[in-house]
Amino acid sequence: MSNEAILHGSEVSTHEAHHDGHGEHHHHETFISKYVFSMDHKMIAKQFLITGIIWAILGGLMSVLFRLQLGFPDTTFPWLENILGHWAKGGKIQPEFYYALVTMHGTVLVFFVLTAGLSGTFANFLIPLQIGARDMASPFMNMLSYWFFFISSVVMISSLFIQTGPASGGWTSYPPLSALGDASIGSKTGMDLWLIAMALFVVSSLLGGLNYISTILNMRTKGMSMTRLPLTVWALFFTAVLGVLSFPVLLSGFILLLFDRHAGTSFYLSDIFLASTQKALPNEGGSAILYQHLFWFLGHPEVYIILLPAMGMVSEVMSTNARKPIFGYMAMVGSIFAITILAFLVWAHHMFVTGLNPFLGSFFVLLTLLIAVPSAIKVFNWLTTLWRGNIRFTPAMLFAIGFVSLFISGGLTGIWLGNSSLDIHLHDTYFVIAHFHIVMGVASFFGMFCGVYHWFPKMYGRYLNNTMGYIHFWITIVGAYLIFWPMHYEGLAGMPRRYLDYSGWASFNQFGGLNHFISIVSIIVFAVQLLFVFNFFYSIFKGRRVKSENPWGSNTLEWTTPIHPGHGNWVGEIPEVHRWAYDYGKDGREFIPQTEPISANESEHH
Amino acid sequence: MNIAMNEQVSGQKKRIHPHKFTLWVGLASVIMMFAGLTSAYIVKRSAPSWITIEFPKTFWYSTVVMLASSLTMQMSLRDFKQRDMAKYRRLLTITALLGSLFVVLQFIGFGKLWKSGTTFEGSGEGQFLYIIAGLHILHVLGGVIALLIMFIKAFSAKKKNYDAVPVEVMSTYWHFVDILWLYLFVFFLTMA
Repeated sequence: MSNEAILHGSEVSTHEAHHDGHGEHHHHETFISKYVFSMDHKMIAKQFLITGIIWAILGGLMSVLFRLQLGFPDTTFPWLENILGHWAKGGKIQPEFYYALVTMHGTVLVFFVLTAGLSGTFANFLIPLQIGARDMASPFMNMLSYWFFFISSVVMISSLFIQTGPASGGWTSYPPLSALGDASIGSKTGMDLWLIAMALFVVSSLLGGLNYISTILNMRTKGMSMTRLPLTVWALFFTAVLGVLSFPVLLSGFILLLFDRHAGTSFYLSDIFLASTQKALPNEGGSAILYQHLFWFLGHPEVYIILLPAMGMVSEVMSTNARKPIFGYMAMVGSIFAITILAFLVWAHHMFVTGLNPFLGSFFVLLTLLIAVPSAIKVFNWLTTLWRGNIRFTPAMLFAIGFVSLFISGGLTGIWLGNSSLDIHLHDTYFVIAHFHIVMGVASFFGMFCGVYHWFPKMYGRYLNNTMGYIHFWITIVGAYLIFWPMHYEGLAGMPRRYLDYSGWASFNQFGGLNHFISIVSIIVFAVQLLFVFNFFYSIFKGRRVKSENPWGSNTLEWTTPIHPGHGNWVGEIPEVHRWAYDYGKDGREFIPQTEPISANESEHH
Repeated sequence: MNIAMNEQVSGQKKRIHPHKFTLWVGLASVIMMFAGLTSAYIVKRSAPSWITIEFPKTFWYSTVVMLASSLTMQMSLRDFKQRDMAKYRRLLTITALLGSLFVVLQFIGFGKLWKSGTTFEGSGEGQFLYIIAGLHILHVLGGVIALLIMFIKAFSAKKKNYDAVPVEVMSTYWHFVDILWLYLFVFFLTMA
């Protein structure tokens, strides 16, 4: 009750008063208000998820296309020209298009899939359900958040169809390349559309983040103290904090870049002679490094924006399916907090080779390596949660365990890259590609899959098909290691990233066969993701029906709602919370929901 | 009054209204954007080709207007709480007008600066001023639009609403853009 009392308590005189206490809305909903401009956090979550899936297919397909070039540099694929026209003249991916592909692959997957698709989906879906609220603090802003994301998506997609093609200066869009339209065709209109789309994206994630934070802090149900929150909510909370404080800085970097592009200012430009026009530019006094600082001040927190929600969901799913309390709850919260703080203090480790003062660099090395401490605490706690657990190997649980595996293997190489001296050799090589794809890309995807498999029954009232889920998991995890593990060796040998064709270098020729292999595996893995997409949409309509409210035997509040919760989530009163979320296997009982009062002869917990 | 009612309904301790809280978090986010820009300014300031500017008098006038509008906003909030709706509407209008006047004065200031030879070319104090103060103007305009919406709502006869939260949110935001401008102005004057 308390939430509505605070939100609507003083509006007793208005027509909104009848919402209080009913929970379910009984007024008529049209198709538009229910499915399109919905203000129900659950529907908005589904909108984010499905848009994210579409983006993931596109972004993944892009990687398949450039892997064709990397794995088969001498082969032509005439069918490519039929689809892509002059971008694949003679059946070969053209250099300009190759750069556009890697740029868009990075942008799409980092921002549109793993930021909007992951935290947009699960923050919207889980926060109100797990803290016991009827909806977000501001459902309207929440709706706006999705629609800004949608417009941003439209702008980004439209850049694929213009004559000069999409942005192609890398997902980081460093000036001067990105600031000068004459520098490359990807720096013309495509770059403007990229910047506009990203600015809209920032607005979307700010609107979302504001809502997540104030919902978590202000709208918890009675008894839901902060230390009783499920770890998913803690993770989503710190994710939102990271986004709200770092995205605006990226936006200010973009604004300066737009002025350099179109108004003739020189924030990032200085002393440039442009080969394509044979002209010296008048710009003086700018610093390209300034952009890198502004970019990476977001860019580094961004990797945690991607990773933290995955960590939170993995903790929750793992505890539920190991039928054991999460090990070290407060240590988990503390380590997420430590990661959040450190995330703001390490951005210059992306810039060790830009001429950064080595003395300053050593501080960033220290702070970067410090992140290993909270990360190791989390890994330890996950492993000890699994230890002697009564594990149910559902697809969600497998993806959760897979996440931990990937997080360990990818995290260890982070210790290498965090050293400024080693970074001189490894910077911009395939070693970096391997590192961040495993630890941030694939690991977060695993967290996302884990969440989708686990909460799909709550979203649609049906289960995903398990057999397809197992096939999906095993091929994806084996494939992910087969794709990215060999890249470490390529990187150690000095093979640089972003090159179109390595066959001209004697030192990289040796990897021809390996690249061939990686490309074939990535095509197989991509095909298996399509199997997941099929499973997803098939199960929405034809999946096995959920028969009970709490199919996983879980403690958290979302499983106390009806199988198909309406707008408002609970019929009648919002349940009161009496305990933390992880009373599994206690006093001989398999699980004790958060809503159950602590009985007189119950043993002490943590 | 509201708080008392909330306490009656929920029986809980006094808590900040979620909308107000959302605003504060939003302001933190705006602060980060300007912090990013002003720290870029500080970094660039030590570059060799840094050019400073002479501030036209107009910016002093606009600062006074901004401060005055903050005062009228506060007075309108007080009148709203005292249910003096006529005065509330009048002061709301004055605040919106002062806000618009501030924007006009800023543009006049920009014009004078531009005529004195500080254009977009280069990357000195002037170029940063155009962008930072320009972004601040956008935030003021957002506030003016919000004031207009409240103004229309205040005249709508359909429902009487004595909920002070929207007005409080509005006034907090308005004071924020006021203080933000003071900070920026002092920053530009002292960090030339």
